[in-house]
Amino acid sequence: MSIATKIINWSRLKSPWVLHFNTGACNACDIEIIASLTPRYDIERFGVVLKATPRHADVLLCSGPVTKQIESRLLRIYEQMLEPKFVVAIGTCACTGGVFDGCYNVKGGINSVIPVSAYIPGCPASPKAIIDGVVKLLKSLEEK
Amino acid sequence: MHNSGDVQIPIGPQHPALKEPESFLISLHGEKITAASVKLGYNHRGIEKACEERTYIQDLYLIERICGICSHSHSTCFAQTVEEIAGIEIPVRAKYIRTLIAELERIHSHLLWLGVAGHEIGFDTLLMYTWRDREIVMDLLAQLTGNRVNYGINTIGGVRRDIKPGQKEAVLNAMDALEERTKYYIELAQAETTLIKRLSGVGVLSRKDAQHLGAVGPTGRASGIERDVRKDDPYAAYAELDFKVITSDKCDVYGRTLVRVGELMESYSIVRQIMKKIPDGAITVKVPRKIPPGEAIGRYEAPRGEDLHYVRANGTEKPDRVKVRAPTLANIQAVSKMLEDRYLADMPIVVAAIDPCFSCTDRLVAIRDTQDKKHKHTMIWETLRLKGIEWHKERGIDFTLLNKKLADIFKK
Repeated sequence: MSIATKIINWSRLKSPWVLHFNTGACNACDIEIIASLTPRYDIERFGVVLKATPRHADVLLCSGPVTKQIESRLLRIYEQMLEPKFVVAIGTCACTGGVFDGCYNVKGGINSVIPVSAYIPGCPASPKAIIDGVVKLLKSLEEK
Repeated sequence: MHNSGDVQIPIGPQHPALKEPESFLISLHGEKITAASVKLGYNHRGIEKACEERTYIQDLYLIERICGICSHSHSTCFAQTVEEIAGIEIPVRAKYIRTLIAELERIHSHLLWLGVAGHEIGFDTLLMYTWRDREIVMDLLAQLTGNRVNYGINTIGGVRRDIKPGQKEAVLNAMDALEERTKYYIELAQAETTLIKRLSGVGVLSRKDAQHLGAVGPTGRASGIERDVRKDDPYAAYAELDFKVITSDKCDVYGRTLVRVGELMESYSIVRQIMKKIPDGAITVKVPRKIPPGEAIGRYEAPRGEDLHYVRANGTEKPDRVKVRAPTLANIQAVSKMLEDRYLADMPIVVAAIDPCFSCTDRLVAIRDTQDKKHKHTMIWETLRLKGIEWHKERGIDFTLLNKKLADIFKK
């Protein structure tokens, strides 16, 4: 590994920029994601910053089951992100479809549309679980 | 209204100013909005249909997940409606506990809104302040119900968890802390000139328009409509509690802020009264699994406004039909009115001011832009592409032959 890639990898792990996308969630996971960004939990300690556009983001935080209408949009957002990119499925619905599994307008978990790197279960996933999941994802990348 | 000189801007479903997937089509003349239409449905999951395939108890938890912010509102409203059909009177203590959780939920929701509103006008300090204070009430909810969000405290015929003796004190202490913070926000809202100037005269909805468009909750009350289900049609323990309905005649976003901050103070007083008046006794009554045939409509004052549930029972353990009308659906009509002739920069705060909750709203409802007669259909990406190909074919531009040739070349 050259020094340049080492530096790039180090900086990537030190400040993963995230994009939050609601794929049909009930808002519960979404407010917990925002709660993890605010003073009590303050995920920014780990360099995590919420970004507004997929083109700036390294990590896509998805919450909720994928509804049929949002499916193409999720794919498009995923394609707009630059490599290397990681997807975190937050909440039980995002992992498997949860209580909405089998509903006529629900496709299933996030992994039915795009590849997922980390799963954080919970209804909703608490801020502590979200921080734990994100840190674990970063640790696993460190090893690679 | 879509004049030829206008620029059309699609906003959403993924947009930094929006927290949920919804889509707006804004027509601009210069910086001014001439027309706005809303497209919903990205969050539609088909909950109403799914309810018909599950039992009443399963439905309760499903309905709680219509919306994570006003989850208790939906589950209480549904439970009340089913109890009405079954002719069950729940214990008084259960009613008080339901009311307590409802008010704590209102506190958390209004604090959340205050932060989001601050964020939308570029006042991120307010977001961080209110969300820090919101954690006090979140802790309390976690302590009382076992979960921070989606409390799961309701059951048909009462509540599932009792208040333990030590928790009473924790609730009262939290109310004191929150009241002190809220007084600071009231002072801030009345004295901070940047806040007043940014919010005054933005998103105006006159009393007449609010009535005509059926605005509910704080949106309606900020336009001078004194309507609150807690007062007009008391449910749970509200008939025995003393509180004011906060209204404002400012009709703008500033008025909506004042109404919500005022309601926070009322909620603290309600919680204190509940803690004083709560009687001892059972928390549930036994309910048969099969609900007798009948139908009922339940009303509930959610933090965002009047929530309406309709349930039809057919004598089995599963409902025949469930219909939900969430408050945002009643308010979303008003947004188009508020946006007309306003600047594009006001759009995020005007939309945020109704405290929209699109996961609540995305029932199966067709909203058609009445001003745009030509484009009646909504299309998915693939049909749009095919339509584009057809459109060009009609005008003599045909790529099918070329495509075939190219495909042949690639095959070779």
